[in-house]
Amino acid sequence: MIKTDVLIVGAGPAGLFCIHQLGIIGLKCEVVDNLDKIGGQCIELYPDKPIYDIPAIPECTGEELTNNLVEQIKPFKTNFHLNERVEEVKKQNNYWIVKTSKAKEFQVSSIVIAGGVGSFESRKFSVKECEKFEGKEILYSIKDKNIFKNKTVSIFGGGDSALDWTIELSENSKVQLIHRRDEFRGAQSSVDKLKELERQGKVEILTKYQLTTVEGDKNLRSIGIKHEDGKIKKIETNYVLGFFGLIMQLGPIANWGLNLDKKNIPVNTENFETNQKGIFAIGDINMYPGKLKLILSAFHEGALAARGCFKYARPDEKLKFEFTTTSKSVQGRLGVKKND
Amino acid sequence: MPKITYIEHNGKSHTIDVANGLSVMEGAVQNNILGIDAECGGSMACATCHVYVKEEWFDRLPKKEDGEEDMIDMAYEPKKFSRLSCQLTVSDELDGLIVHMPEKQS
Repeated sequence: MIKTDVLIVGAGPAGLFCIHQLGIIGLKCEVVDNLDKIGGQCIELYPDKPIYDIPAIPECTGEELTNNLVEQIKPFKTNFHLNERVEEVKKQNNYWIVKTSKAKEFQVSSIVIAGGVGSFESRKFSVKECEKFEGKEILYSIKDKNIFKNKTVSIFGGGDSALDWTIELSENSKVQLIHRRDEFRGAQSSVDKLKELERQGKVEILTKYQLTTVEGDKNLRSIGIKHEDGKIKKIETNYVLGFFGLIMQLGPIANWGLNLDKKNIPVNTENFETNQKGIFAIGDINMYPGKLKLILSAFHEGALAARGCFKYARPDEKLKFEFTTTSKSVQGRLGVKKND
Repeated sequence: MPKITYIEHNGKSHTIDVANGLSVMEGAVQNNILGIDAECGGSMACATCHVYVKEEWFDRLPKKEDGEEDMIDMAYEPKKFSRLSCQLTVSDELDGLIVHMPEKQS
């Protein structure tokens, strides 16, 4: 059982800056995120896209923003629990007990949900019968590429994952790459390489096709793909890989006893607390009158939520308002060394 | 004000006055029309405001920007006349536009 003041759910910009705000008022926190890296949507959806509306930063990419935030919270030496999802939240006396998908337990006085629009999951095929084979012969990520050796593999998608795996698996497997249109959005160098492999007869590229049927009893046997013009083609195959990017699912948050408005959590605007005392929600996941889904709003929300956490973590203390420019204690927490 | 018709996958139709300058997505979200999720809020980062447009309308709409087609690759059941409704800005030219929603967005 890990005991700390606050658990932050989500390591995107909202969660990261909240670490800072908790840190300067002297609270400790730990962070859980379902992704394998820090940064949330900034890293997963738009690492290279420039952002122009972060105050005092005329232009930066999602990746730069994340790196700067990570730098800013360095003094607090926060533990991140990545690749882990918060599954269960329970009230016990004055604490919240939180369990993760890796069976870790936390005891905290407050929780800050900075979960964006939920946790990222692979987008799946829309064909219902796929469910039967998912996790066996129909896969959305690859754990062990050796299983494909000397087999037929049908890869769907047009982005880098689809292209890279097509190229890699073509060495030891019979591979078809199937995509809904002629253009691929993956890197040009990969597209060139792919065309070369097609010329050499090492890869079959089928465009303007989409999956319509899957067949098999115990194991997958074949798939049917449909061309834009209606023509159907049957392919005998051993494995089907789908690379359609990620979607966001609210996931277990829906079961934590919080009021929900569609996929958002209503909060007050004084400290962004939810209907559950001690659970706060900041960033894209919350909802209140006038809400703007901007990173700058998330920073403000995190600052106020941190103060909200203080009264649960230190019920007998009064929080004194201090500036980072002048407060010795805040500067101490930040590790600022002053030359007198 | 231009009228936009949103047809849910189950056939339920909603015709709404949407102010010029809003996106077709915002018209749906502000009027609580089901079937358009718009999780990323209109930044062309999620493909959950995906709609189908009738062929005759498709050519009359503003052309797709680069990123839109890439994003549609990730939509649920993309088709030839798929668009992201966050990228369709309502104007008088769009008066009478009909969009069909897919069975689901994710």
